[in-house]
Amino acid sequence: MSTTNPQSDAPSDVDGATPVARARARRRSKQRRRLGNVAALMAGLILTGALYSVFSPAQAAPGDEQSESAAEAAGRELYERSCITCHGENLEGVPNRGPSLIGVGEAAVYFQVHTGRMPLVRQEAQAPDKPAVFSDEEIDQLMAYVQANGGGPTLPSGDLRDGDVAEGGELFRLNCSSCHNFVGEGGALSGGKYAPSLQDSTDLEIYTAMLTGPENMPVFGDNQLTPEEKRSIISYVQTIKEQSDPGGAGVGRIGPVGEGLVIWIVGIGILMFGIFWMGSKA
Amino acid sequence: MAATATAPGTPTTKIGKAALEVDDRLVVAGWTRRTLNKVFPDHWSFLLGEIALYSFIVLLLSGTYLTFFFDASMREVVYNGSYAPLRGVEMSAAYDSTLDLSFDVRGGLFMRQMHHWAALLFVASMVCHLLRIFFTGAFRRPRETNWFIGVTLLILSILEGFAGYSMPDDLLSGTGLRIMSAIILSIPVVGTWVHWAVFGGDYVGELIVGRLYIAHVLLIPAILLALIAVHLLILVKQKHTQFPGPGRTEHNVVGNRLFPTFAGKATGLLFIVFGVCAALGGLVQINPVWLWGPYNPAQVSSASQPDWYVMFLDGSSRLFPAWDLNLPGDYTIPALFWPTVLIAGIIFTLLLMYPVIERKLTGDTASHHLLQRPRDVPVRTSLGMMALSFYVILLISGGNDVVADKFNISLNAMTWIGRIGVIVVPPLVYVLTYRICLGLQMHDREVLEHGIETGVIRRLPHGEFIEVHQPLGPVDDHGHGQLAYGGAPVPKKMNQIGAARRAVRGFFSPIEEPSQVELEQRGEGRGLAAGEAGRELTSSGRPADGGRPQEPRD
Repeated sequence: MSTTNPQSDAPSDVDGATPVARARARRRSKQRRRLGNVAALMAGLILTGALYSVFSPAQAAPGDEQSESAAEAAGRELYERSCITCHGENLEGVPNRGPSLIGVGEAAVYFQVHTGRMPLVRQEAQAPDKPAVFSDEEIDQLMAYVQANGGGPTLPSGDLRDGDVAEGGELFRLNCSSCHNFVGEGGALSGGKYAPSLQDSTDLEIYTAMLTGPENMPVFGDNQLTPEEKRSIISYVQTIKEQSDPGGAGVGRIGPVGEGLVIWIVGIGILMFGIFWMGSKA
Repeated sequence: MAATATAPGTPTTKIGKAALEVDDRLVVAGWTRRTLNKVFPDHWSFLLGEIALYSFIVLLLSGTYLTFFFDASMREVVYNGSYAPLRGVEMSAAYDSTLDLSFDVRGGLFMRQMHHWAALLFVASMVCHLLRIFFTGAFRRPRETNWFIGVTLLILSILEGFAGYSMPDDLLSGTGLRIMSAIILSIPVVGTWVHWAVFGGDYVGELIVGRLYIAHVLLIPAILLALIAVHLLILVKQKHTQFPGPGRTEHNVVGNRLFPTFAGKATGLLFIVFGVCAALGGLVQINPVWLWGPYNPAQVSSASQPDWYVMFLDGSSRLFPAWDLNLPGDYTIPALFWPTVLIAGIIFTLLLMYPVIERKLTGDTASHHLLQRPRDVPVRTSLGMMALSFYVILLISGGNDVVADKFNISLNAMTWIGRIGVIVVPPLVYVLTYRICLGLQMHDREVLEHGIETGVIRRLPHGEFIEVHQPLGPVDDHGHGQLAYGGAPVPKKMNQIGAARRAVRGFFSPIEEPSQVELEQRGEGRGLAAGEAGRELTSSGRPADGGRPQEPRD
């Protein structure tokens, strides 16, 4: 509300006798009208805004701006420093730069920021994982901010390996191995894109990746793979990863390409050496 | 018999008497003597075929062990063995028994792995052997038959390997079999009929593992064994080829007798091959079927490749454009037909018929027992290298997704590198190889004409510097050598003609005292060191004959 009160000194000026005073009074009354209009407009706007905020159902639940938690505020600050260029002022995304973050939820923020994929270094076929830029605390703040303003899937809780390993294996081969290879070693996709290796992935990273479908990965929402099935898959991936190779050196677990290299370089190599040796014994 | 017992040279030892008893009954002494005295030329490259032979023996032995436990059935079972991550999963009995072989049979995993490594080695050493035969012209008359048999062996081995790869019914096998089924279906006119004959119906049916099994353990190995026997008998009958060299002609064979030298070496190599297969089988994991999981047509893994010897066809399929041929009347020849059936057909037909093609082109119908150095036949060598580069590009393209992933290259870029490379690289390789061959030929002639560069620079009385050359034989008035090139390696370093001391013996570390060798050689007056002090050289680069002070002999 405006604190100035033009009406209070209005009567003293009205009956000025001189033309100068009259002219001054005319100007003053003009000013007064203007000020009055502005005040009325402001009052109307504020009233409308207040009414809107009272009656609008969307705004009713989360409360008003004053109740933004400390974490969200810190997250907002981080967001405005590191994310806003590509994801926009209001998480709406910027064409040709970054997608909208409305609806991606804290799960996506966790995956992208925790694996170092975000913030992006440069625009390329796919964001590579790298050491995380933000600390865990900062990631929590960013998650809180994006969750509060965009909404979407949240982090799971409980034991993420709480599932059946064998069933997880079947689900993994059905849903994941076509890109990530049969043990999660990763593989190439078209145009420089790729499915990354799961060797360094934590349970929560795998879970949030399935939930949010980062980069080229499809979203495996809870309708496609139930939380129990996701936990089974994680259980399988982590079991296989930690399992030693009973047959000896795993040669990258990438199938016949590695094996072909071994036979030509090691097998034929040793035998060539052997026959040279025998030849020198002539 | 009394008559033989009193004959001169009657054996007196126990072994001799036993041998006599055997010969009395079988009359094999003459044949055995001829065979044991058979002479084989010695060169390291002649052992490549032997590696293939010995890995085949490893395959037969390890494969027999595997048959005791493998159940070639597509009956569905639920796994209940010791590998926890698959317990309770439905699978075929074939896959189930492969898992049991890997985890519950004593030595089973080792045998499986050794068998698989030996299979890869078998085909790899066959390819090396084939290259040696090709580049040295060993396939020329009268050995064309053995070339045909050899190429047939190679093709059969690839089929044998594929059958073995497809039998365990894991995810990788099934993916390969699915592709094979598609290749068969792509053949015009007969494709569907052949597919129905092979699979007993639509893919995958319930028969194919059993059929692959009998082909893998009986049919193809029997043919392989018979062909290998014929291959070796023809080799013995026609005698082994040899490289040209001193005393070697088209009409003799210079080398070691079968017994004891050659037999000793061969046995040694057999043990080396066994050792390599066993070491790989024990130390390096191959085809971890438990990680691939049971076959399910709805599932596939990225980087599903065939074993290396089929990978070139995978590569040709990846590179070839998707050209379906739509004919009137609703007939289609699918794109898969060109890279897998047509290109494979052309490759193997050209390979098989090469001796005939070369005979037609060169008009050379004479018998040859002396080998050629690759540089002396530049056209053949260049053709071979061209074909090899074509093959290697297809081979690499067969794993181009793995290359793309591991080296951070776009998969599309890899495909285009392969597509352009497979057309551009072979002609370049041809030209390069041709020039290299000519260069090597010229250098041989240059050394024969001017002698070996000694590295000794001499200043003549009028101030000119010359490098002293060591002629290899008599020279004419201008100091030019008069030796003609005879197809044998020309020595190009002084120590190859004994100018330096002979090498101290020992392959890994010296087995004799170097100072002792030096003393011995000084005693013999051999080597450059002996006459170093008073070296006298002519202006034509020829060491003068006299005036070289000798070390006093002890």
